Amino acid sequence: MTIAVLAQSLLALDNVWLALGLKLGLIVVFFLTAPLAVGYMEHKVMAHMQDRLGPMEAGLGPIKHGVGQLVADGVKFIQKEDIIPTAADKWVFSWAPAVSLVPVLVILVVVPFGPGVWAENLDAGIFFALAVSSVGVLGILMAAWSSANKYSLMGGIRAAAQLIAYELPLVLAAAAVVLQAGTLSLVGIVEAQNEFRLLGAIPVPYAVPHVIGFGMFYVAALAELSRPPFDMPIADSEIIFGHMTEYSGLRYAFFMLSEYAGMVVLSALATVLFLGGWYPWPGVPLPDGALGALLGFGVTMGKIIALTFVMVWLRATFPRLREDQLQRMSWLILIPLALLNIVVVAVAKVML
Amino acid sequence: MRPTLPKIGLLKGLGVTLKTMMSPSTTSQYPHVKPDLPPRTRGVIALMEENCTVCMLCARECPDWCIYIDSHKDTIPPKKEGGRARTRNQLDRFAIDFALCMYCGICVEVCPFDALFWSPEFEYSTYSIRELTHEKEQLRVWMDTVPAPPQLEVGAEIPPEISDGLEAARKAAEAEAQRLLAASQPAAGGDGAPAGGKAAAGTAADDDIHVEAQVDQETFDKLVAEGKSERVARAKAKAAYVRKEKARIRRERAGSESPPAGGDQGERAGG
Repeated sequence: MTIAVLAQSLLALDNVWLALGLKLGLIVVFFLTAPLAVGYMEHKVMAHMQDRLGPMEAGLGPIKHGVGQLVADGVKFIQKEDIIPTAADKWVFSWAPAVSLVPVLVILVVVPFGPGVWAENLDAGIFFALAVSSVGVLGILMAAWSSANKYSLMGGIRAAAQLIAYELPLVLAAAAVVLQAGTLSLVGIVEAQNEFRLLGAIPVPYAVPHVIGFGMFYVAALAELSRPPFDMPIADSEIIFGHMTEYSGLRYAFFMLSEYAGMVVLSALATVLFLGGWYPWPGVPLPDGALGALLGFGVTMGKIIALTFVMVWLRATFPRLREDQLQRMSWLILIPLALLNIVVVAVAKVML
Repeated sequence: MRPTLPKIGLLKGLGVTLKTMMSPSTTSQYPHVKPDLPPRTRGVIALMEENCTVCMLCARECPDWCIYIDSHKDTIPPKKEGGRARTRNQLDRFAIDFALCMYCGICVEVCPFDALFWSPEFEYSTYSIRELTHEKEQLRVWMDTVPAPPQLEVGAEIPPEISDGLEAARKAAEAEAQRLLAASQPAAGGDGAPAGGKAAAGTAADDDIHVEAQVDQETFDKLVAEGKSERVARAKAKAAYVRKEKARIRRERAGSESPPAGGDQGERAGG
């Protein structure tokens, strides 16, 4: 009897707790698998861009070509000794990876992956996502300060300066989109984008009118993630590995996971804000029901993979910027441009 | 200081990496795919023990002193009655310590009796440094992996290492054929066997016609008239002479072969 009721409510998802548990479970599964896929892509794409083959041996069953490399890496990380330096602040040190990892997981709650495929449709979705993403900085600062290592500290200071500098263009570029869409809800933004017609006639995603904003958002996202060419906080030729210098084993793996999950999450946000979310193109409808949800999920994932591919591509191409170049680029180019962008969008919104 | 704006070079860089990604990688998957090594690769040194006379030149020239040779003298009794007994060096131990060897190849160069060779075999690393001292049995094993030297240029003469082997193989095959023939036709009659033997010998002799090279004046003049340099013309004329001479001898032999088949019988009949 109870099983039948349970199955009924599972199908209808009318039991709040069941639905919540299921959604969170799916999000955790996504959170643990998508970064692996992105990491594998990074291994392979970077290898081929450098005329190598990348991992070729570890495989999952009969599929070789290094598909199982990151799984093997994970197993290795679990087996490794978890070292906490004697001089370290033990509590802060051991909690720092969690503080940088959990915000990324939490953002996934509000990201819509398809029609109806989201855990929660917050009215202030983009605000929530950006606010939570800046909590991750705390994790980095905690790791840097508690390690009792000068390289870690230098990396942490660099990270703080960089993340503050690039938080602004990121938020301002998103604000312009919010202005255009007239809603803070991520689902609302996707729908508004679907309705959007450039000059009242041409259906295009926001990336076209917001081409500057899209570029700024993307560059700022790279800097937020400390991805090359903006990886001064962990510049391994200068300060060993920044805030991660003293970490080993599973805690280190959590930092790496948060970087790759961050790539997925910020690419997902860029997809929602600028590339039209789950719609293949604005104005192209998806079929109703489960098929539409699946198709929409596929479209979103395709866009996310494309954006993460470009992140890897940029990493393989450009050398690291200098610290002062990084700061100058943010404060003298991106932020003024972002403010100008908002003004232009606001004027255009009222005039057109 | 004014910030410099990004220029087209950024896109060019992206193009380079994308193009590299699309082009196939040159990595070879070594343990799965063996490398295609040239025949002169310095992988390991092999010893042809039969050729070694224990002259010790290799051991003395070795800059690392990594070749160990032990030998003793055998006394060979005189061949003729009342002759003098001879002595002969007998190799007891020949070892190369590949942990010391620096693969300079001086031993191979210096060996006057063609006893040392380079082999491209290179997968002999071990967990123990002692196993890197290869004794003569192991060096003999490497000998089987020594490839035949390549032709120095297209159309060059077959190197003696190969032609000697071919010669030996041909002689062995011939002897085998003779033996089989003799075994199959002992009762068939006296004239079958010698005729067969002669035919085999005739085709065999074809290969080792030796002609002293001379300048073929006619060809030489023609080539010089064509504007070839004198050196080239002389070389080609010599080759042409040798070809012509060989063809002539072959024709002669073939000619003397078929009538002689009758002539032989004639002789025999006459006798």
